[in-house]
Amino acid sequence: MRRMSEKKRIGKLGLAAGAVALALAGLAGTALAQRDPAYEAARSGGKVGEKMDGYLGIVGASTPDLDKMVKDINIKRRAVYAQKAQAANATLEEYALTAGCLAISRTAPGEKYQAPDGSWQTRGSGPPQRDSRCP
Amino acid sequence: MNQHELTSNIPAATSVAMRKGSGMLGGTRLAGGLVAMLVMGAGALGGCISVNAPDKPIVIELNINIRQEVIYRLADDAAGTIQDNPEIF
Repeated sequence: MRRMSEKKRIGKLGLAAGAVALALAGLAGTALAQRDPAYEAARSGGKVGEKMDGYLGIVGASTPDLDKMVKDINIKRRAVYAQKAQAANATLEEYALTAGCLAISRTAPGEKYQAPDGSWQTRGSGPPQRDSRCP
Repeated sequence: MNQHELTSNIPAATSVAMRKGSGMLGGTRLAGGLVAMLVMGAGALGGCISVNAPDKPIVIELNINIRQEVIYRLADDAAGTIQDNPEIF
């Protein structure tokens, strides 16, 4: 009898500890979700840039690694756009274009972005050149 | 009636295509106004003159307006999305 209740208590404790660990992991997951170091380096190095259409583009010469990274990010972006566009009753392109406007605005000095004429520009200290429809 | 007003107020109504279709429509704004009046008069008489304006330019114009409106509407939502997904933006 006594041993049984002891076992139960231990079991409960284990469950609680597991739940706490899971919650902590979840918290850390969201708090630490930042750019991958390779992505950050490619951005600041001007190897990739923000395109007008809301996706990432390769600025100079492409390498297999760079290509894979950009495709990977763009697939994830597209999935997010699609979900959010549906929720906002907009098309994927409309949502992506809006996000593109904002992503270009958010570029840091030295990073690349696509100007309305399609050319790659380096973000300076001033505002970027954007589509006239951008908010 | 509304359609006539729309087509007479935009540049598309005096485009090359229109001029080819009817000599009367190719002139100045004054001529355009005259045509509009004639159309209205004909409408009053019970006849129906269909002015086949090239509707493509009109559609594009509207699309641009709608898109900009949509972009402004989505701006806040998209900003939140970018903030919520820092690993891919």
